[in-house]
Amino acid sequence: MGRGITGFGAYIPRGRLQRFEIAGANAWFDASLKGLGRGERSMCNWDEDVITMGVEAAGDCLAGFDGHAPPALYFASTTFPFLDRQNSVVLLEALNLPRQTLAVDVGASQRAGTSSLLALLQGAGDGMVVASEHRRAKAGSRGEMLWGDAAAAVTTGGGAVIAEFLGGRSLAADFVDHYRGGEFDYDWEERWIRDEGYLKIIPEVVAGLLANCKVGAADIAHFILPTEQARAPGAVAKKLGIAPGAIVDNQAATVGVAGAAQPLLLLAAALESAKPGELILLTGFGQGCDALLFRVTGAIGGFRPARGVSGALAVRREERNYAKFLAFNDLVERDTGKRGETDRQTYLSGYNRRRDLVNSFLGGKCRECGTVQIPREKYCVNPDCHALDSQDPHPFADKRGEVLTWTADRLTFDPSPPAYFGMVRFDGGGKLMMDFTEVDEGGIESGSRVSVHFRVRQYDPQRGFRKYFWKAKILREPAPAG
Amino acid sequence: MAQGIKDKVAILGMGCSKFGERWDASPADLMVEAFEECLADAGIEREAIEAAWFGAGIDAFHVGASAMPMAIALRLNYIPVTKVENMCATGTEAFRGAVYAVASGACDIALALGVEKLKDTGYGGLPQRSRGVENDMYWPNLSAPGAFAQLATGYRARHRVNKQDLKRAMAHVSVKSHANGAKNPKAHLRREITEQQAMEAPFIAEPIGLYDCCGVSDGSACAIVTTPEIARSLGKDHLVAVKALQLAVSNGTESSHESWDGSYLKTTRIAARRAYDEAGVRRPAEEISMTEVHDCFSITELVTMEDLQLAGEGEAVTAVLDGEFDAEGKLPCQIDGGLKCFGHPIGASGLRMIYENYLQLQGRAGARQLTNPKLGLNHNLGGFPHQNICSISMIGHM
Repeated sequence: MGRGITGFGAYIPRGRLQRFEIAGANAWFDASLKGLGRGERSMCNWDEDVITMGVEAAGDCLAGFDGHAPPALYFASTTFPFLDRQNSVVLLEALNLPRQTLAVDVGASQRAGTSSLLALLQGAGDGMVVASEHRRAKAGSRGEMLWGDAAAAVTTGGGAVIAEFLGGRSLAADFVDHYRGGEFDYDWEERWIRDEGYLKIIPEVVAGLLANCKVGAADIAHFILPTEQARAPGAVAKKLGIAPGAIVDNQAATVGVAGAAQPLLLLAAALESAKPGELILLTGFGQGCDALLFRVTGAIGGFRPARGVSGALAVRREERNYAKFLAFNDLVERDTGKRGETDRQTYLSGYNRRRDLVNSFLGGKCRECGTVQIPREKYCVNPDCHALDSQDPHPFADKRGEVLTWTADRLTFDPSPPAYFGMVRFDGGGKLMMDFTEVDEGGIESGSRVSVHFRVRQYDPQRGFRKYFWKAKILREPAPAG
Repeated sequence: MAQGIKDKVAILGMGCSKFGERWDASPADLMVEAFEECLADAGIEREAIEAAWFGAGIDAFHVGASAMPMAIALRLNYIPVTKVENMCATGTEAFRGAVYAVASGACDIALALGVEKLKDTGYGGLPQRSRGVENDMYWPNLSAPGAFAQLATGYRARHRVNKQDLKRAMAHVSVKSHANGAKNPKAHLRREITEQQAMEAPFIAEPIGLYDCCGVSDGSACAIVTTPEIARSLGKDHLVAVKALQLAVSNGTESSHESWDGSYLKTTRIAARRAYDEAGVRRPAEEISMTEVHDCFSITELVTMEDLQLAGEGEAVTAVLDGEFDAEGKLPCQIDGGLKCFGHPIGASGLRMIYENYLQLQGRAGARQLTNPKLGLNHNLGGFPHQNICSISMIGHM
């Protein structure tokens, strides 16, 4: 067997904005939004961005392996938080992957994810592609209505692949259906994009690929065409001779179109339900087209992500507050109060000293007495030990724990009050006072079980920086026995 | 073998400004107000002071750095002045410096003064501020009520106390302090409240509501200390002497080691044991006449009663609701209104506590005078339950 996909994972933010709320707030200006006001779209919490979603999706994928460390990490997005501070390196450190891993940021195209995957599969090395997108659209725009936030991850390699890579093909064409030269996207007429873009460019690339691979279009079991145009996949499929039943749902009603993450999100969704022998055709459209063809193998049953697309879809909280969505996406200038005026400078030299804690959530384990602690300090915290320089790095990111103490603070500044925080006691030792994210009112108590997640801790609007750290999230699982 | 501080140093005089929202008073104005009362009480001239300790908790926001703001405000005579800062325990820390200086024999008369000007921030509560380069990277952006609210959840979990019962006991703590504060002309908050008001007030940091929080105040307090011999030579009788002066500072065990469950103040327990040993107190609940404790929040006072061994472990809720620490109870707490109602100008608070017990011991506490008190305990706490500084001082008759 050749090379192909070895694993996949996904992440969709829990918040799902109800589209009728967007329509209700904006139809006074654009009545056509009423027709789109159905279903829901995913929305990042205030402390989520492309990197934090990427960490979740990659973690979801890597959970399906026993200690896999991909030698290359491609991170694809058009909405990276940093234009110049390598986003994939932050991702890599948060995943605590080996520092020798090749890390690459790929951006500026809706094809960023598919092109990365193609580069890996056509190249020599094994690796992982993480695609993540958090697009901002103007208030009241169709993009705001139709897009969603999400991330997906795919690992590639040889050996027991779950989907064999049969071939790929690319076409570059500066067909400008939309562009982002400034803060927001600017697009051209939908009908033109469909007729001159989707229906001309995609068939050309796909037909060439299928011919190369000696595969008939009718044999495609899963056809992925990421688009916010509801009828485009059907039209393209018809032109190519792909069965209508093969079209993979764009999840417009549940997630929205997640930009550069959408192709891999749909691929992950297809892989979840695919059966051995089935063909998956993945396309990506944007200044041209990528097409990749896979055949699902018998190994598909042996891989399970922690959550997958179906699991991520199921973890949802309906959001009916459109004003909150505007605030979270910095689309309205909110009064933060004087406590929000505090300077949030990051002292980069200090950050550099604590990267193992801040990014990788590493604590320490004492060689002398076995005590586990976070953060790692010079002396062991065990009052009966206090050994010097005795702590080996000890990972906490995959630990679970329980809430020891907590509060909901309405005095301190928080982008989404109240600020929940408290002391967490980790299974296997270690204790830390930390923020809780996405707590539902009444959903936390001493003894609540938690997992930890890489999130944005603070934004520094004065300098365009943002601080990350790990936060605890309430698990809906019973406490372990004993 | 060290002998401890007991009866080595006497309080020659004390002063305390009116606490409150002193919009018209600068830090220097507040310092002078306390200092003038203190000098008059001591019956000495400024020139007799040989050394001074100056406490301010959040100096970046008001008085500015170093010991100079006090030396300038009080026109001290180019004597050594040391600036101290130990968060909310700063006032007691200044007192400790002056007392130790006298006890060492390095000087005869020393001054301790604490001040805080909190009402120049433009908003309620303590100033939002940096916790330092390292802590700012990973600490929650916690407020003081947010930190101490966790003491309530920790206590509740440990002792399996019902939410409502604990909240009612917390309300009782505040109702009592408001009743006491109403009788104190220098207090910031001088209005009685009902248990219902306290129970129904909006949350600041669950389960801490508005009335569970102490006043955020401007104010200053100070003490002049000397040896008992010099005090007597200056014509003083009914001397009030220092019986114990202890400090316990967290070393990270509470925040990082599993041995602490968040239900109590480890530092208070340690400092109390040491203070009782130093003062020769064997049965604190019987020997102590009154306490001024660090009631930054009602829950802190409640838990502190146990940590000081004035209530059995897990029994503070009952003891509080039984009125044991009310003005008429067997061991009155915060007879001056406490931080809750006298107010909490951070750097001044430790000295304000000592001031009240000093007045009580001298029978000069006016409408709130207790009957024949002999020994007063002051408990001053800086920081958060999981990382803090606890200072305990005890004063009594020679």
